[in-house]
Amino acid sequence: MNDWIVVGATSALCLAIKLLGHFAPERWFAHPRLQRVNSLIPISLLSALVVSEAFVVKTRVVIDHRAAGVAVAFAALLAKLPFPVVVVSAALTSALVVHVH
Amino acid sequence: MALHVTATRRDALSVGVTVGTYGVAFGAAGVAAGFSVLQTCLFSLITFTGASQFAAVGVVAAGGGPWGAVSAATLLGTRNALYGLQVAPLLAQRSWRRVLGAHLTIDESTGVALAQGPRGVAAMREGFWWTGVSVYVLWNLFTLAGALGARTLGNPASWGLDAAVPAAFLGLVWPRLSDHFLRVVCVVSMIFALLVTSLLPAGAGIIATVVVALAAGWRER
Repeated sequence: MNDWIVVGATSALCLAIKLLGHFAPERWFAHPRLQRVNSLIPISLLSALVVSEAFVVKTRVVIDHRAAGVAVAFAALLAKLPFPVVVVSAALTSALVVHVH
Repeated sequence: MALHVTATRRDALSVGVTVGTYGVAFGAAGVAAGFSVLQTCLFSLITFTGASQFAAVGVVAAGGGPWGAVSAATLLGTRNALYGLQVAPLLAQRSWRRVLGAHLTIDESTGVALAQGPRGVAAMREGFWWTGVSVYVLWNLFTLAGALGARTLGNPASWGLDAAVPAAFLGLVWPRLSDHFLRVVCVVSMIFALLVTSLLPAGAGIIATVVVALAAGWRER
């Protein structure tokens, strides 16, 4: 049930936001502070998601196999490797650590 | 002119293929977080904005409640409204075509459209539609492939799927870190998220990180 709430509400709200941009008057979004904060929201949330998915179990901070995968992803990004390589190399590294243990 | 349109289509399709195939990671992440194949595909069909989709399944995977997942996804989707503001006058469409244009308004379609500026308005429109449609079709096909694949794989950790998700988020934030200030915002957000993790219910620390964006964007730099 909760899964359907997430699917339904996320889809409805994200679509509504897109429609708002195309149908609402421009002045609604004119405030420079709103534009500045809005441009930073993806960076803050995505950064939080990186560490929460890599280093957190429930409400505890842990270092496990995922950390090794993300470290490799970081190196791959520094080396300017393409997106799929970044994700796959992280997955392979993490899986390797799981199997070695 | 014909030459320009061709170059624009090439730009659009190369973005469409690159980003579209990435849908495989979302499909796998959705199923690994406990969503069904149908639910995972509905995200790509209706939500259709990658970062928000990953956030919704990411918060659920982190043990967060449904509304935490919905708020993270929605906040990440707000930038699409500002994109719409830029591309709506460009597309100059009415009724259902305008709705379709709104649905295809994402990072990539907006980015390719705006990058065509020097080639003229016709090329900008061409770039928007070709990118939007090619990403939409491929993103959805690859989401289905990833979801079906993950369902047959079994334990996500033994295939490294649980590390692929944070790697995907890192890959999403990476191209946005174009200057020193933005990199500082990124690092502060990461530290903040880890610090509040033990103080808040599971998954809520992710949403709380919005205060970093609020504080950093409050004043002009």
